[in-house]
Amino acid sequence: MGVRSWIEEWPVLRQVADSDPLGRGAAAKSGASKHLAPRVATADKVVKSICPYCAVGCGQNVYVKEGKVVQIEGDPQSPVSRGRLCPKGSASLQLTTGPARRHQVMYRRPHATEWEVIPLEQAMDMIADRVIKSRRGRWQWEANGTRVRRTMGIATLGGATLDNEENYLIKKLFTALGAIQIENQARV
Amino acid sequence: MAECHPVGFQWVMEAKARGAKLIHVDPRFTRTSALADIHVPLRAGTDIAFLGGIINYVLQNDKYFREYVVAYTNAPVILTEDFADTEDLDGVFSGFDPEHRSYDFHTWQYQGLAVQAASGERDQEYEDRGGQDRERVSAVREAGRGEAHGSGGAKIPSGSPDTDETLSHPRCIFQVLKRHFARYTPQTVEDICGIPQETFRQVCELLTENSGRDRTTAFAYAVGWTQHTVGVQYIRTAAILQTLLGNIGRPGGGIMALRGHASIQGSTDIPTLFNLLPGYLPMPHAYGNQTLDTFIEAESTEKGYWANMRAYMVSLLKAYWGAKATPENDFCFDYLPRLTGSHSTYETVMAQLAGDCKGYFLYGENPAVGSANAKMQRLGMASLDWLVVLDFSLIESATWWKDGPEIETGELRTEDIGTEVFFMPAAAHTEKAGSYTNTQRLLQWHHQAVESPGDARSDLWFTFHLGRKIREKLAGSTDEMDRPILDLTWDYPTQGRLAEPDAEAVLAEINGWDSNGRPLASYEQLNSDGSTVCGCWIYCGVYANGVNQAARRRPAGEQNWVANEWGWAWPANRRILYNRASADPDGKPWSERKALVWWDQEKAMWAGHDVPDFSAAKSPHYRPPAAARGAEALSGIDPFVMQADGKAWLFVPVGLTDGPLPAHYEPQDSPFRNRLYTQQRNPVRQVLPFRHPDNRLQPSGDQPGSELFPYVATTYRLTEHHTAGGMTRWLPYLAELQPEFFCEVSPELAAQRGLEHLGWATVITARNVVECRVLVTDRMTPLTVQGRRMHQVGLPYHWGVAGYTTGDSANDLTGMSLDPNVHIQEVKAFACDIQPGRRPRGPARAELVASYQRRAGITEQTGMEI
Ligand code: SF4
Repeated sequence: MGVRSWIEEWPVLRQVADSDPLGRGAAAKSGASKHLAPRVATADKVVKSICPYCAVGCGQNVYVKEGKVVQIEGDPQSPVSRGRLCPKGSASLQLTTGPARRHQVMYRRPHATEWEVIPLEQAMDMIADRVIKSRRGRWQWEANGTRVRRTMGIATLGGATLDNEENYLIKKLFTALGAIQIENQARV
Repeated sequence: MAECHPVGFQWVMEAKARGAKLIHVDPRFTRTSALADIHVPLRAGTDIAFLGGIINYVLQNDKYFREYVVAYTNAPVILTEDFADTEDLDGVFSGFDPEHRSYDFHTWQYQGLAVQAASGERDQEYEDRGGQDRERVSAVREAGRGEAHGSGGAKIPSGSPDTDETLSHPRCIFQVLKRHFARYTPQTVEDICGIPQETFRQVCELLTENSGRDRTTAFAYAVGWTQHTVGVQYIRTAAILQTLLGNIGRPGGGIMALRGHASIQGSTDIPTLFNLLPGYLPMPHAYGNQTLDTFIEAESTEKGYWANMRAYMVSLLKAYWGAKATPENDFCFDYLPRLTGSHSTYETVMAQLAGDCKGYFLYGENPAVGSANAKMQRLGMASLDWLVVLDFSLIESATWWKDGPEIETGELRTEDIGTEVFFMPAAAHTEKAGSYTNTQRLLQWHHQAVESPGDARSDLWFTFHLGRKIREKLAGSTDEMDRPILDLTWDYPTQGRLAEPDAEAVLAEINGWDSNGRPLASYEQLNSDGSTVCGCWIYCGVYANGVNQAARRRPAGEQNWVANEWGWAWPANRRILYNRASADPDGKPWSERKALVWWDQEKAMWAGHDVPDFSAAKSPHYRPPAAARGAEALSGIDPFVMQADGKAWLFVPVGLTDGPLPAHYEPQDSPFRNRLYTQQRNPVRQVLPFRHPDNRLQPSGDQPGSELFPYVATTYRLTEHHTAGGMTRWLPYLAELQPEFFCEVSPELAAQRGLEHLGWATVITARNVVECRVLVTDRMTPLTVQGRRMHQVGLPYHWGVAGYTTGDSANDLTGMSLDPNVHIQEVKAFACDIQPGRRPRGPARAELVASYQRRAGITEQTGMEI
């Protein structure tokens, strides 16, 4: 750093020279903070998203770097939210990348006192077998003398942060299986 | 709203900055109250009395919007002589059947309509076709039929009813309304709700001064309004008031349900609900819906857009069963399972306990904390053969078998529980693509940012691959039972390393296509001959031109204030429903200030800032020929196009199970008698199916034993947590911001019961007992009700035994008593006791509940009376 730039960087001088007489604006910026960059500046891409919590539907910008989500911020372009997020929306980075998220399938045997980890593929197979069995076991062609063509053996309860496409497939699959006890947070 | 929908609240503040008046009605003083012009604390569970009082004020002082009311509502319609009101029958309407605890709505009819076959809703249709079997009739009523037609009204008989546009005929709806609400005086409101008459007068004046040609008033409610045994009638009361004031279909008007979940609107539009198919088509009922023809005959309307129900239904069956669905086989209508009554989530719990329901999927839902009577939810799960929990973390609904409260009390023993539990880690919203429908019916697409880690998968992935596996295992079966699942169209393309189904391909099916596979642009293109496919008719157009309209993101600054090019709203991208009502009968805006859509005489088209919610070329002066049906049968002054008559209904002749008008009833468990009628509670509320030792109800009013439960509790949410906590209690930031389960009590109640700020309290009902930290605060206002000093206890319901912040669950206290229309539980108002100190541990916990039950004389009959 030359003497000239050293002097020019002197906050008092900048205060006077840069129309910030009270020194509460740009003049107060230090050399260190001048070189700070927002986390989002180095992201490889920005993906448009929507907050997964409440039904206001605030817009989110998801910043991705090297295949990982590094930050989630409000989307200033959204006419719904104008860039704002509440405490929950602002915490969604922790929701998506936080330490409490499980990454393995867990299985509890009948009467067992602990979990065990099992492979995803095996779990899917076991669940499919159980659906087939319970569906058959409680199948009804008739109830009170009227045709019903259904099973009372299986029920589902879905949260209301599911995507429309997910709800569509759930209703389609379980209706085709003959299940009627298909329910949602929307009733709770 | 500032607490639970904070970012939405910015628009309320914008309005306030421009001169709007803000009224906040809530038992608690919150951040919303702090910014409001008036805060009105009231007794939880008394909103019908409060709103009914305002309706009375509006009617007595001629403050209603007369031109709007005469032209756009059923106020002029004359009822038959058979109708009798709660005023005549001391709290019940005509048609009440005490034996079956249900209403026959034949006496709620319009005069001049042919009362014949197919009058009223399907239930009635069944009855009229000779169904004398009352059990069956009530089974159909129980099946949540009122909720079908969620985007419009139920069927009414054909013909034109007699009307009196002077609104003076003694049996016209306007006069019926006036008599019905006449006793909802300011004095009554004060007595029931605890609202001083001066405050009430201020509210009435502010509301009416800010409604009319030049001004509109909006109502915003959180879905706690639905969580009462009279929940639907709460909303109805607001609807009557807003319609009388001319505040529906106009900018700055309306009744906004502020839903608490990202896609709770979407979850009813494309429902995972027992009584609905996509687009509010009802699930077929075993009694009367055995073929497509009888189904359409019973469910569709003659006028309005519901007249095209066959086209919507056939297009859905084509989406489900593709080429297998043909005219010859009724488009596979018989493949649909049939209902025989209510099969709601609470009946499912009873079925689990009875050993009938064996397997249970929980998709991102935590009933062990979030559903009413959480203990029974856990006991139900302990009776299952198997349970699958799809979630981010090990929520209480996944771990109750090892750390649930019943393990601690000894009521359950881990080794004795035979339930197999699968925990499937879920993908986050950043790891999948898809659409949410927000609380304004706005579909917004979220794009996938990264792939999900480890075994975490989206629910789309799980459901698709589970279906694929089941179909593989059943392939080759000749059993008729397996035809629907084997014939199902289930061939979505997948992408990436994880074989994630392409969400946009699912959206394309929801939108639908024509016989050439071209995406449809509007539900008006749907046919009933099987030539169109559409998974959800009200969403038709979301993929118009093969473009994902929900993913549109034209920045707010680059479009008008309606912002029609951000996302896509159903139906047809209209942002304000029924907006034809924003113009007068001649098609001119009621005022320049409140212009939204209008009739452009030159172009002979409707025009405006929003997409007009009306046939684009239908002149305001169009009057239908007598033979017209469907949309053609609606005139140029029928803005409520989903209704069978195009009018807003002040009085509901068909479609509600608990009365054509709202009436104030006390909550299931209440320390007060009903001040208005001898009838204490909603006579047709749903309680009988939930008789169970763990769901005991309490004595009310002046019944002996009710003095043991002298306070009114209400549950609610905090800004920093979400529902049952599955998405917040595992986040260090949020856990730190709201670290503990607490109750809010007034200093007066604290003194009365010896409760210490930051100390512990024990809250008791006939179901259970919980402990919480005490927050002594002026935010809870003691009220004077029926001359008695009354205290309320506020309980946030986010907690359970797991996560970074733990605590007892408020829903252990609540009981299963439901609204009869939609089967939603009453958790927003219930009587309780509160004592200082921590609750007992181990078996003593259940013993404390039992001792309250004994002292209050509670039996299995208590609270079950009509
Ligand atoms: S940021 Fe807050 S207000 Fe916005 S959608 Fe998310 S939870 Fe709702």
